[in-house]
Amino acid sequence: MVLKSPYDLLKVSLDEKIDVKLKENIMLKGILHGYDKHLNMVLEDVEETKTDVNVETEKIEVTKRNIDMLFVRGDTVILVNTKLREE
Amino acid sequence: MLFYSFFKTLMGKRITVELKNDIVIEGLLHSVDQYLNLKINDIRIISHPKKELFGTLKNIFIRGSVIRYMHLPKDDIDTDILQDATRREHNTHRIVIDNKKK
Repeated sequence: MVLKSPYDLLKVSLDEKIDVKLKENIMLKGILHGYDKHLNMVLEDVEETKTDVNVETEKIEVTKRNIDMLFVRGDTVILVNTKLREE
Repeated sequence: MLFYSFFKTLMGKRITVELKNDIVIEGLLHSVDQYLNLKINDIRIISHPKKELFGTLKNIFIRGSVIRYMHLPKDDIDTDILQDATRREHNTHRIVIDNKKK
């Protein structure tokens, strides 16, 4: 499996579960169905985890929600993690 | 142009748009352009954390850059077609990169 560019990693991850880290402490896990060069993506069966720090109480609040089918705008994407391993 | 074409197939469907300022709006997707700006009709405000006023607003234009998410109707999407279109778009993009390197 030859990966020449970062986009090749996304291409081989189509139809696979990936993790996407977004700005403002948001983590998404879902199945990748589509993407483009801006890193806009369509994910299925998404679990969104938001981590907020409450400045007053100094407590960390984690909120989770599930979304069936989600379009994510690429300009908020920080990184993408896949489960692939080099063979 | 992948997602531009993709959203054109969803015109006339109800979708939920979540903006970067945490406002959540549900409505009928009327139209989309190359920047993924949207025109949404018959809106319902689902959430506006800072209690922004919307009055009797019905039809709106949303600049694409302020969108964080769009919640889409799973049943109206063929994921196989989307994956194929993505692979084709990927190959087109690769050709552009390879040509620039020459």
